[in-house]
Amino acid sequence: MTALAPTPTAVVAASERRSRRGSPWLRFLVGRVWRALVAMWVIVTAAFIVLRVAGGDPVRAALGVTADPSVVQARREQLGLDRPLIVQYADYLWGLLHGDLGVSLITGRSVNEIVAGRLPATLELAGISFAVILLVAVPVGLFVAILTQGGRRRGVEVTFTGITSFIAAVPEYLLGVLLIIVFAIALHALPVAGQSGPASYVLPVAALSIASSASIARIARIEALATLGDDYVRTARSKRLPAAMIYFKHALPNMLTATLTIGGTMLGTMVASGVLVEQVFNWPGMGTAFVQAITSKDYGIVQGLALVYAAIILVVNLLVDVVLSILDRRTTLMETA
Amino acid sequence: MIRRRMALPTQPMAVITTVMLLILVLVAIFAPMWWGEQAVAADPDAIGLPPSSEHLLGTDKLGRDILLRTLVATRLSLVMALAATGLGAVAGLVLGALPAVLGPRAQRWFADVIATWLAFPVLLLAMLTVILLGPGAITAVVALAVTMVPSFARLAQTLSARVAGAEYLAAARMLGVSRGRQFTHYVLPNIAEPVIVNVTMSVGGGLLALSSLSFLGIGVQPPQFDWGRMLSEGFAQVYVSPIAAIGPGVAVVFAGLAFSLFGEALAAFLRNRGGSRALSRRRLGPAPRAATPAQQSAPPALLEVEGLCVSFPGESGWQRIVRDVSFRVEAGELVGVVGESGSGKSVTLMSVAQLAPAGAAVTASRISFDGTDIAPLSDRQASKALGTKVGVVFQDSLTALNPALRVGGQLAEVPRVHGGSSRADAHRQAVEALGRVDIPNPEQRAQQFPHEFSGGMRQRALIAMSQMGSPSLIIADEPTTALDVTVQRRVLVMLRKECADNGAAAIVVSHDIAVLGELCRRIIVMYAGRIVEDVDATLLARSDALAHPYTRALAASLPDLDTDRSAPLATIPGEPPDLSQELPGCAFAARCPFATDRCRTEAPPLRAHAHGGRVACWHPQDGMSREERPRAEVTV
Repeated sequence: MTALAPTPTAVVAASERRSRRGSPWLRFLVGRVWRALVAMWVIVTAAFIVLRVAGGDPVRAALGVTADPSVVQARREQLGLDRPLIVQYADYLWGLLHGDLGVSLITGRSVNEIVAGRLPATLELAGISFAVILLVAVPVGLFVAILTQGGRRRGVEVTFTGITSFIAAVPEYLLGVLLIIVFAIALHALPVAGQSGPASYVLPVAALSIASSASIARIARIEALATLGDDYVRTARSKRLPAAMIYFKHALPNMLTATLTIGGTMLGTMVASGVLVEQVFNWPGMGTAFVQAITSKDYGIVQGLALVYAAIILVVNLLVDVVLSILDRRTTLMETA
Repeated sequence: MIRRRMALPTQPMAVITTVMLLILVLVAIFAPMWWGEQAVAADPDAIGLPPSSEHLLGTDKLGRDILLRTLVATRLSLVMALAATGLGAVAGLVLGALPAVLGPRAQRWFADVIATWLAFPVLLLAMLTVILLGPGAITAVVALAVTMVPSFARLAQTLSARVAGAEYLAAARMLGVSRGRQFTHYVLPNIAEPVIVNVTMSVGGGLLALSSLSFLGIGVQPPQFDWGRMLSEGFAQVYVSPIAAIGPGVAVVFAGLAFSLFGEALAAFLRNRGGSRALSRRRLGPAPRAATPAQQSAPPALLEVEGLCVSFPGESGWQRIVRDVSFRVEAGELVGVVGESGSGKSVTLMSVAQLAPAGAAVTASRISFDGTDIAPLSDRQASKALGTKVGVVFQDSLTALNPALRVGGQLAEVPRVHGGSSRADAHRQAVEALGRVDIPNPEQRAQQFPHEFSGGMRQRALIAMSQMGSPSLIIADEPTTALDVTVQRRVLVMLRKECADNGAAAIVVSHDIAVLGELCRRIIVMYAGRIVEDVDATLLARSDALAHPYTRALAASLPDLDTDRSAPLATIPGEPPDLSQELPGCAFAARCPFATDRCRTEAPPLRAHAHGGRVACWHPQDGMSREERPRAEVTV
C-alpha cells in the first residue's frame, strides 16, 4: 500500500481528504464500521441465496422425502416460501433489521431462542480461551525473544520452534479427543463433556487455546525480536530503566500491535475451531446446534446461526482494528492517509 | 559459490521433513494396493478388539483393522489436501494477479473483495459450500479451495505489485523483451519462491481442515474414509477403546507436521541463500581481546577507555568491528569521533555506554567512568554504575523515540525512575527540559506522540531527554545526520549550549569532519576499527599539520572557499579492509600512498605525537620533530 507511487488521482484524493473536516481517527473508525456493514450485507445475501436458491427445496430437505406433500406445502406457506424470491429477500432483511433471525424449518422454533440459549456458552468458551492465549502466548514469546536475542542460546530457539510447530500441527478437535482420553477417561480427573461447574471448562478451553497459543507465541517471538532490536528500546536502555520497564512499557505495546493484527485474524478461525471443540465436548453452545442443524438439514437454523457467527467475527475484527489504532496511532493514520 | 548454494538443503530439519514426506508419498501409493481390500473387509468375529499382535491398533466397530485403514486412508487424505490446495492456489493466484492488468480502479475493487473474503470464517464458508453441493469428498475439496482462494489472491497481489514496480522489469520492457519472456524469465522466478513456500504450508493446513470437515460428518461419506472420518468413528467408541482414535490422530499430526515443517525448512533455505548464517557461539570461540597490556595513564579523567574490542559473530569467525581502542575524555571536554561508515565509531561509543547491540562481544582492559572501572562488571551492574551519568543522543530521532508513548512521558521516566520524583514533578521537569531546547508550547508538545513532531524538534527532544538525569557525559551518535542541513546547525548549537550549561563532557560521532571541527576541541579519527589519530580540532584547518595520511585525506576531501571548483572533489581511492580477517599491518596501508613493507606487516601502535595528540602511523606526514609543540590551545 505504502510502496505504491502516488498516481495523479491518488494525489487529488489525498488533498480532498485533507480538506475534509474531522479527526483522521474518526474517519478511520467510520471507514472500518462501513466496511464491516458492507461485509455483513454480503454475507446475509450470500447465505440467503445459497440456502433458498441453490439448495433445492429447503422444506423438503428438512422434512425428508417421505413427508406428506400437503404437510410440506403447509409448512412452505407458513414460512412464506411460496412467495416470489425478491419478496422473501426483502422480508428476510426486514426481519433481520428487527432482530429476527428466522425459524427452524423442522420444529418452527425461533432461531433467536436458540441463540439466546446457546450464545453465552459459546462466548464464554471463546472468551476464556482467547484470554488464555494472550496471557500465555505473548509473555512466552517475549521471554523466549529476550533469551534468544542476537543469536544467543540457539538450543532454546530450536527447542521452542520444535515444540510450538508440533503443537500447532495438532488440530483442536484431535487435541480435544486426546485430552478426553487422557484426563477424563484414563485419569478420571476432569469431566468428559457438557457444561457443569468450573472443572468442565478446563478441557474445552485447553483444547481450544493450546494450538493457537503455540502459533501466537511464535509470532510474538518474532515480533518481540524485531521490537527489541528497535532503536527506541536502545533509547530506553540508555535511560537505564529497570529491565521490566523496558520490556513491558517500551517493547510490549509495540510488539502487541503486530501480534494482535495476526491474533485478531486468528480469532476468526478460533470461532470456527470452537464449533469443532464444542462438538467434541458436547458443549451446549451454538457450535453443537450448528452442526446438528447441518446434519439434519435444518437450513433455517443454519442460516440464522451462520449470520450470528459472521456478525461475531466482524465485530471482533472491528474491535481489534480499533484497539490497534489506539495502541499505534502512527501506522493506522498513515494507512488511512 | 552459486553452485554450492543450489545444492540440496543440508539442514537437519530439511532432511527430516523430506524423509517424512517421502514416507507419506510411498504409503499413499502402495498402501491401497497392498491392503486396500483388507482395510474394508468387515470381520464380525473381531469387532472392537483392543490392540494385539494381529491388530496392532485394534479393530473398529465392524472388525476392520485400524492400522491398515489408517495407512490406506493416507491416499485419499493426501489427494484431497493436494487437490484443494492446488485448486485454491490456482484460482487465488489468477484472481490476485489479474487486476494488475486491469488498472488501478479494478485493483482497488479487487483488494476490497479479497479483504472481505478473507474476513469470512473458514468453517462457515466451507459449510455453506457443503450445503450448496451436498456432503462428500469432492464438496469438501471445493469448500476448502474456496476458503484458500483469498489468501492466495492476497499473496499474488502483493507479489505482482512488487514485481510490477521492480526496475529489472522496467529495464526488460525497455530492451524490448517479449511479454511471454518477461513473464517466464523475470516475473515467474521472482514470485515462484514465496508461492511454493506458501503452497507447501497450505497443504498441511488443508489436510487438518479437511480432516475436521470429515470429523464433523460433512466431508468424506462412508464407505469412503479418510483420517478425519476414521477419527470421528474412533471418537464414537472412545469409551470402549480409546486407542481407535490414536492411529488416525497420529497420522493427521504426522502429515500436517511434515508439510508445514517442510514449508518452513524451504522458506528458511530460500531466505538464507543470500547469505549464510553466522556461526554459533561455540564454534566462534572466545571473543577477541586487545593484545596490548593496559597502559598506566596519568591523572584520572572522566572517561578512560583502554583496549576496547567489539566483535560480532560472522559467517567464518568473529567480525572485529572495534580493535584495541583506547582514549580519554576529560570533564567538560567536547571530543569528536570521525570516520567512514563501518569504521567502528558508533559501535565504540555504544559499547562504552553499555548499549552494544545484542550478540556483540565487548571486551576491554579498562572502561573507567568517574573513577569506577565498569569493564569487569556484568551488563546489569555496569548499567547501574553508569546510572544517569551518561546521556545518549541517538542518530535517527524518529526511530529512537518510542512511537507508542507520549514524548513528555518518555522524558519524565528518567526523574521518575532515578530521581524518585512524583508523577507531576517528573512531568514538570520534562516540560521544562523541552522548553530549554526551544520547543514551542512545551506543555502541549509533551502530550504529543513522536510522529507529531518535526525532525528537528524530535532531535532536540532527544537532546532534552539526554539531559534529564544531569549527566556528566553526553554521547551523541551522529546527532545531525538525519536532519536537513539548515536544521543541523541549530541542533549542534543546542547540544553545545546544553553541555556548557551543565558542565558536561560530550563525545560527538559523525562522518562529517567539518561539523566536528566547529563543535569540538579534540578529534579522534577512526579507521577500520582502530584510532589512527587523536588531534587538536584547530589543526584540521591546516592539513599540513595533520600527521596521519588518512586524516589528511579526510581533511583534504572537505571543499572550502579555496577549493578549485573545476577540479573533481578529492576522494580516497580503494575500499576499507575486510574486518573478518586479522590484519597483520596498518589497515590503511592498502590505500596509503606512503605505505612501506613495514606498514603491511606490522601494525603501528597509537603513540603520543609531537602535535600534542596521538598517531598510529609509521610515517607521520606533518614533518614535526618531537621537540616542536603545536600553537597554544585555542578554546572553542
